[in-house]
Amino acid sequence: MPHIALPEGLPGISAGFAFRPETAKPMRELAHVLLHESNSLTPGERELIATYVSSQNDCYFCQTSHGAAAACHLDSQEAVKQVKTDFRIAPVSPKLKALLAIAGKVQRGGKNVTSADIAEARSHGATDLEIHDAVLIAAAFCMYNRYVDGLDTWQPRDESMYAEMGRHLAEHGYIKPSR
Amino acid sequence: MPHISLPEGLPGIRGAMAFRPETAKPLNELVEVLLRGPNTLSPAERELIATYVSYLNDCYYCQMSHGAIAAAHLNGDEDLVKRVKADFQHANISEKLKALLIIAARVQKGGKNVTADDIAHARSLGATDLEIHDTVLIAAAFCMYNRYVDGLGTMQPRDEASYRERGKMVARDGYIAVSKTYLPAEPIPR
Repeated sequence: MPHIALPEGLPGISAGFAFRPETAKPMRELAHVLLHESNSLTPGERELIATYVSSQNDCYFCQTSHGAAAACHLDSQEAVKQVKTDFRIAPVSPKLKALLAIAGKVQRGGKNVTSADIAEARSHGATDLEIHDAVLIAAAFCMYNRYVDGLDTWQPRDESMYAEMGRHLAEHGYIKPSR
Repeated sequence: MPHISLPEGLPGIRGAMAFRPETAKPLNELVEVLLRGPNTLSPAERELIATYVSYLNDCYYCQMSHGAIAAAHLNGDEDLVKRVKADFQHANISEKLKALLIIAARVQKGGKNVTADDIAHARSLGATDLEIHDTVLIAAAFCMYNRYVDGLGTMQPRDEASYRERGKMVARDGYIAVSKTYLPAEPIPR
């Protein structure tokens, strides 16, 4: 049971969003700009960063729904699983690995990011905008994950529901509710 | 020096927001609703929650900025802000706000730390579902803002007077209005 009386039948963050539309609006817009709008990082790469951070924060709903969105963009479940287990041996570019390393540092606290981490990402071609977005995606998921778990939202163990949600997110983005 | 080339002369989150106005817009809208929108918790109470979480995350810029905004809402009572950071249980604030600060501290460490007892305690002191929701989200949001500010290695001046002055301005005009003083007027070509 969630900690507060959230609308029933809505999983994870959708219940928090329906309970408080005033805060849902900017939170949806932020996710949409960060993960869906055009960027030199593909939506698949950005969803992998979101999934990885959510997995480090142990948020089931977020890692499963964003993992499903990433799998849909990349047409691969395997890449998603490997990024969560050990991104260093995952089938992703060296640039994305360097950005995932930065995201992992941000997840533990912003001060953990070192100039060596940034230099490593730059040596693989990461731009300032890509580094900025990797930092903000990681920071934002430290918010979304805490919001979803801090309210103790309903997080069904139903893979097909997440697969459907992932397809919707991959196609339409984050502005409108998926259900 | 910041990790990336941020616009110069804009400390903390302002440099990052001016670098990326597309994300600055929802970031400012969220903080405006959470800390200044219509609410049964006063702006000062909500700024104290933001300040306390920023202090726990050891983000100098955020705890100084929001501490100054809280003090401005509290007729300049900087001692109360310091007391909340050092030991809120003995600060001159309501028992309800103390219970909400306990919840905020749990969220700061991770959402799963919030217990049914924490919630029951806050309710017994009159906290509503909306107040509990907003406390959880303020704490979660500052885990984002703090990481954003520190993760980019932004410039964070050690000059208390500058935070005090800006705190008065934000307390008076709000986040969105003040953002117009540092965000670029035109979209940045990408």
